[in-house]
Amino acid sequence: MLLIECPYCGERPEPEFQYGGQAHVARPRDPAAVSTQEWADYLYRRDNTRGVHAERWRHTHGCGRFFNALRDTRTDHFLATYRVGEEPPAPVPPVPR
Amino acid sequence: MNEGLRTPGGGRIDRSRALRFSFDGRAYSGFAGDTLASALLASGVHLMGRSFKYHRPRGALAAGAEEPNALVAVRRDAARYTPNLRATQVELYEGLEAHSQNRWPSLAFDVGAVNDLFAPFLPAGFYYKTFMWPRGAWKTLYEPRIRAAAGLGRSPTLADPDRYAARYAHCDVLVVGGGPAGLASATAAASAGARVILCDEQNELGGSLLADAPGGTLGVDGRPAGQWLAETVAALTSNTRVTLLTRTTAFGYFPHNLLGLNERLTDHLAEPRPDMPRERQWQVRAREVVLAAGALERPLVFPGNDRPGIMLAGAARTWLNRYGVLPGTRAVLVTACDEAYDAALELQDAGVFVAAIAELRTGADGAEAAKARAAGIPVLPRATVLGTGGRRRVNSISFAQLDDAGEPLAAETQPCDLVLMSGGFTPSVHLHSQSRGRLVWDAALQAFLPGEPAERVRSAGACRGVFGLAAALADGAAAGAAAAREATAPGRTGVRPSGPFPATPAPANGSTAAPGFAGLLPRPARGRGRAFVDWQNDVTASDLELALREGFRSIEHVKRYTTTGMATDQGKTSNLNALGIVSRTLGKPIPEVGLTTFRMPYTPVSFGSFAGPARGELLDPVRTTPMHEWARAHGAVFEDVGLWKRARYFPRGGEDMHAAVGRECRAVRGGCGLFDASTLGKIEVVGRDAVLFLERLYVNAWASLAVGRARYGILLRDDGFIYDDGVVARVSARSFHVTTTTGGAPRVLAMMEDYLQTEWPDLEVWLTSTTEQWAVIAVQGPEARAVLSGLVDIDISASAMPHMGVAPGYICGVPMRLFRVSFSGELGFEVNVPADFGSAVWRSIYEAGEAHGITPYGTETMHVLRAEKGYIIVGQDTDGTITPDDAGLSWAIGKNKPDFVGKRSLARPALVSPDRRQLVGLLTNDPRTVLEEGAQVMANAPARPPTRAIGHVTSSYYSSVLGRSIAMGLIARGRARLRETLYVAADRGDIPVKVASPVFYDPEGKRLHA
Repeated sequence: MLLIECPYCGERPEPEFQYGGQAHVARPRDPAAVSTQEWADYLYRRDNTRGVHAERWRHTHGCGRFFNALRDTRTDHFLATYRVGEEPPAPVPPVPR
Repeated sequence: MNEGLRTPGGGRIDRSRALRFSFDGRAYSGFAGDTLASALLASGVHLMGRSFKYHRPRGALAAGAEEPNALVAVRRDAARYTPNLRATQVELYEGLEAHSQNRWPSLAFDVGAVNDLFAPFLPAGFYYKTFMWPRGAWKTLYEPRIRAAAGLGRSPTLADPDRYAARYAHCDVLVVGGGPAGLASATAAASAGARVILCDEQNELGGSLLADAPGGTLGVDGRPAGQWLAETVAALTSNTRVTLLTRTTAFGYFPHNLLGLNERLTDHLAEPRPDMPRERQWQVRAREVVLAAGALERPLVFPGNDRPGIMLAGAARTWLNRYGVLPGTRAVLVTACDEAYDAALELQDAGVFVAAIAELRTGADGAEAAKARAAGIPVLPRATVLGTGGRRRVNSISFAQLDDAGEPLAAETQPCDLVLMSGGFTPSVHLHSQSRGRLVWDAALQAFLPGEPAERVRSAGACRGVFGLAAALADGAAAGAAAAREATAPGRTGVRPSGPFPATPAPANGSTAAPGFAGLLPRPARGRGRAFVDWQNDVTASDLELALREGFRSIEHVKRYTTTGMATDQGKTSNLNALGIVSRTLGKPIPEVGLTTFRMPYTPVSFGSFAGPARGELLDPVRTTPMHEWARAHGAVFEDVGLWKRARYFPRGGEDMHAAVGRECRAVRGGCGLFDASTLGKIEVVGRDAVLFLERLYVNAWASLAVGRARYGILLRDDGFIYDDGVVARVSARSFHVTTTTGGAPRVLAMMEDYLQTEWPDLEVWLTSTTEQWAVIAVQGPEARAVLSGLVDIDISASAMPHMGVAPGYICGVPMRLFRVSFSGELGFEVNVPADFGSAVWRSIYEAGEAHGITPYGTETMHVLRAEKGYIIVGQDTDGTITPDDAGLSWAIGKNKPDFVGKRSLARPALVSPDRRQLVGLLTNDPRTVLEEGAQVMANAPARPPTRAIGHVTSSYYSSVLGRSIAMGLIARGRARLRETLYVAADRGDIPVKVASPVFYDPEGKRLHA
């Protein structure tokens, strides 16, 4: 069971959270103006990172807020969590394996 | 009890308390402090089990958790029957009833032992190679027989009557293992001010010290080891910062220093108190972890190494020193390490005749060998074992010394009833590996040791290759002190791991380490008998060699093909020997062969422990509506909808569901029905931008919705498929009452929050779940207005309150939101009142309606009524791939909206294809035939497979109002097929159906607007 640092509440156990997929996938501002391929990419294409992955979490059973996290998919270690709208912090060097 | 097999004194048993027990129906006795295995050995019983595949007679190989052979079942009563327990860990109590396993009719005479004669036909992977013909026979004949012949214990058939508890705990330092290193670690950590939990799987703390001979040269800072142990445990026990858990196995290491501990509370008691839980599962979150799990002695792989009476040297020391049991009278030791000499010498002191020591190593001139020779025991260096004799107990061993060419010199056969063996020690790196820490091969020790950790964890003592009491104590103390320092350092806030992780210090001086031996002993041509590697799964050295000859190379594949290391002991005694054999056969060093993954649990954990209190009514939360008790009192049959209990129908006077639903449907259409719709999801959407928010989210046009009006809303995902639906009412200019499906409320709210927080954070909107704040009472039918008009304080006439009107008011003096909506197709109202008033208002409406024949109805009737009208249920008539147009709901889409969630997707080529499945009605030729929901629909019949489905049935009921069956289905190009005949697949031949409009009743909607 992971421990996740909610940027609003602090460190809490994983069952309080819901995973929300890859972070920083912005919905096109004018969907009608994008091509079918671009729209399909927005809907379906996601990274499958081995390493540091920026992803969304929601503190569902806490403050209810969405936030973003940098997690190393190889170790499950969280390198940082940050609020919606903030730039991801410079990737901390991942924990060596 | 055979008095001759107990030492006259000593050991940790209480000789003043004799305990009676039975094994396979025979009565025996032992002492308090015995395990089942030690008490059986003291009674001269070595045969404790039959092996998994060949049914070979087996005795206890080990004396602890790693025991692969002596698996027994312990029975308290018909429901309390626990199979596959290691007899070496079953604590004796008065009246204990134990049974052997995997034998018939008896342990001594086992018919299944015939398998042993067929062994040449049962090599590794035999079930992949034989039993292939005829094809059908595998399922009906071979597999059931193989499963019956092989196997471990049987499971109990009654429900487990015991209670299991769960506890969560936090600590600064968790120490796993209560041996010398663990105790030193806990002492150091506690004296540095840390909150410490120490757990150990045994009933007593002390670890390896428990097996040591009393007194002797094992003193710590001058004190005898026994005294040090007693004083250390006493000091820890009285320290309020320390929690000591015995009979508690750390079975799993989970991310971020969460460890699962299984504490066994009553299994050792003759008469457990009924209010005591049997087991308690701890989930401990530790800032720092110290693993002091010790090491396991390795058996040796030689022909005939599995007979009862052949055991690990350390196990024999445990029987002698801890339990006062002489495991034999005439012994031979086969060893590749110094530690085992102690066993031979101590047994000789206790009166066992030690005939010889067969030493695998070339040089046998060390201090230990000299001591043995001085004691009169011949030591033969560079020896190998040729075979053993004996059926239910070993009675001889043949060994020989090897010449420089590796050929045996003169073979020597010694009669014996005890063979001790030791291939050295394998550090218990299980938990370190489970935590995803690396393992590194130590060439000097010939062992895998904990390498770079992935958590805040340290290993101490023998589990990281630091052997010898003084070295282990120093190592444990250093690890405990360092862990406490880290855990209590200023600024340390959480327990989440962050680098750098604890570095592993070099082993302290004084560590005595011997590499030992891993693999198959040199096997001259004269060797006879099978050499077992994995006792529990009956895997021999030849099986491994065969797998390699057949081309398996990866150790993971070899493991799965031969099943070595895959039994309940997970290869505790076998893994390194298997690796040694693979390494030698492939000519690759062990680290290049690699190691299979360690997984939890360390030893088997009962299902009850994981279930904990979450059983029966506590398995899941149950949600009930305010009217639940009324429905129960009126005979409702309930169904589960998510966590909700919903009234399905209200049978009267012996009605079945069909009859009750038919009556309820006719009552609604003919008069008035009363329905509990409280489970509908409800979300209050409030704020300056509430309209804009709903415009962007739902497909509908909301800006044009007047206050006091409601509209059927559809919510898509951005991929264009229907996600949820429900009536949305405009309560005021800035607030909306949004309803969702019963099951969809949480996910709709989550989706709303997602878009609001992450896509449109500039919008000023607040979302509040009000599902449980409102009780919703649906009054449906032509008499609905007449029933309600006397109870409400507002005008509900057709002109004042038309269909889809919403108004605040009072009912029976209770504030309400009244919706004129209908999911039945009749004139209908939904009365929303605060939940606490739901039951009272419901009863008032029911009483007022009795003059109008009001009839309570349940979800089954609701489903039939809506299907008669062609109203969809999201999740039944849609499946996550259905667009509004597929469902015939394009009319709901706001035509002039620039965007809403899912709009762009609706223009994708695949979603505008004319070939898409569309919702249509399906009518059987025979009005009595009710189609099966989910059945496939085909264009032609008779169809012999393979054929192509063009759709499937989504909803199907018998409509008593229409006097015939009705169904809806999603059919490719369905709306272009009106009046076509299609065929629905069924068990008894295809059923012809005609495609129709999905609106079967009152297609003009006159009744709705009455």
